[in-house]
Amino acid sequence: MVARDLDVRYEDFTALVGATFAVHYGEALGIVGPNGSGKSTLLKTIAGLLLPSSGKLSVLGQPPRKLPPGTIAYVPQVEAVDWSFPATVWDVVAMGRFARLHFWQHFGSNDREVVHHALSVVKMVDLAGRRISNLSGGQQQRAFVARALAQEPKLLLLDEPTTGVDAATEEGLREIVRKLVADGLPVLMATHDLDRVDDWFDRLLVLDRRVLALGTPREVVESGAYSAIREHTHTHGHLRHDHEPHAAHAVHPEIRP
Amino acid sequence: MTLLLDPFHYAFMQRAFVAALAVGLICSTMGTYVILRKLSFIGDGIAHASFAGIVIAYLRGANFYLGAGIVAVLTAVGIGFVHRRGRISLDTTIGVLFTGMFALGVFLMSQQRSYAVDLQSFLFGDILAVQPQDLWLILGLSIIVGITVAVLFRGLLYTTFDPVVAQASGINSPAYEYALLVMLALTIVVALQAVGIVLVAALLVTPAAAAYQLTSRFSPMMALAALFGAASTEGGLYLSYYVRASSGATIVLLATLLFFLAIGLKHLRRA
Repeated sequence: MVARDLDVRYEDFTALVGATFAVHYGEALGIVGPNGSGKSTLLKTIAGLLLPSSGKLSVLGQPPRKLPPGTIAYVPQVEAVDWSFPATVWDVVAMGRFARLHFWQHFGSNDREVVHHALSVVKMVDLAGRRISNLSGGQQQRAFVARALAQEPKLLLLDEPTTGVDAATEEGLREIVRKLVADGLPVLMATHDLDRVDDWFDRLLVLDRRVLALGTPREVVESGAYSAIREHTHTHGHLRHDHEPHAAHAVHPEIRP
Repeated sequence: MTLLLDPFHYAFMQRAFVAALAVGLICSTMGTYVILRKLSFIGDGIAHASFAGIVIAYLRGANFYLGAGIVAVLTAVGIGFVHRRGRISLDTTIGVLFTGMFALGVFLMSQQRSYAVDLQSFLFGDILAVQPQDLWLILGLSIIVGITVAVLFRGLLYTTFDPVVAQASGINSPAYEYALLVMLALTIVVALQAVGIVLVAALLVTPAAAAYQLTSRFSPMMALAALFGAASTEGGLYLSYYVRASSGATIVLLATLLFFLAIGLKHLRRA
């Protein structure tokens, strides 16, 4: 995945300016930055949900909207849907297959196998029959990840999956992501959580509407851009950190133009 | 026995029962999407707006369904557009435009002499007045909507639950939304003669809402909604013959009763 001089504008507001970076096979790239820094905008643009106003963006050599269905899997924050929807965990994960099926094609045994495998990766096989309204926040997040995996994507985008989940779920998600990356899947993940970035990611992209730094976590820390973000987020109280356990569940107001 | 079968002796009642079955099935099937996508206000709006089309068709001597259908579909597509692009809230748009369209219908109608009687049948429906050619139209449109739901089933389900992620995965969410709104418009047109403008929203919402209480997955919800819808329209029509009441009102009352029974049953199962 390559982005060159990428700009994204919402009418009179520029959410992202001149972003240039690439994600490689078998790499987890973390996107860090304060609220309103364009993390979600960047992920949505790569997912093909927003069109860049200028610049070049290609995934596997094509613009996102030209890709075959199922190529990019996007995992939004769990608040994005109504969890009172009448569906089981299995039903939701099975939706990951839908982009790949034409209307005349049956949901076959291969599809069921892929769904089952996706559930086993997130350790939710025994919860397959549970109604989604009865899931905890961490289980909802894992169900979303399983749905993305059921798509058999070539690129995985995660939007702050650790927001509001407990430490055990966070560690579980980290293990899942590291395993996927080890299997060769490129992963791009926005995060609030500045602690443990070196456990999560191979490289970091520090974003505040423009790319402030890009490199390994160590390089980024040494460049000083990271501490500027850290300073910013601490003074503004945008980010949670582990000294305040309750902050993990606080509402993070996000600038949504 | 003969007394119980009495309603079926008349050709107009036979047509009404067939029309009621189609209307009950299709409204509650579409109602499943209406409930889960929170479109009930839109359904009500389309029904009211289509009144202008009905009146214009009536004054020009054109077909009722043609007038209602054109206006309903245009309105539905317009809503979809405002919903996607809108700087104005959907509620406001519907509130302003549809009451305006409805007023236009009343205005044109009121310039006619004998408007009182006809107005009543448009507002509250008159399924007993279904003519053979109406019946073919009702059945034809119902079958078209039914087949479309079957063909688009997975995409409609995914875009109903999570339109954003569905789109990211390569499913054209806006196209599904437009298709659904057009189907909703056709469904409303089909239902207008049975229950009228004022009550059509009830037939879209109530059976599906009752089914939602008793099911935990999408397909069973849709199937149960269809069953409740058909039971309401058929049962309501049948009862209205004996109690000599408006068929549209009896149908909606029966659906409402089923809804409260469903809530009661849900609480019983929990206890």
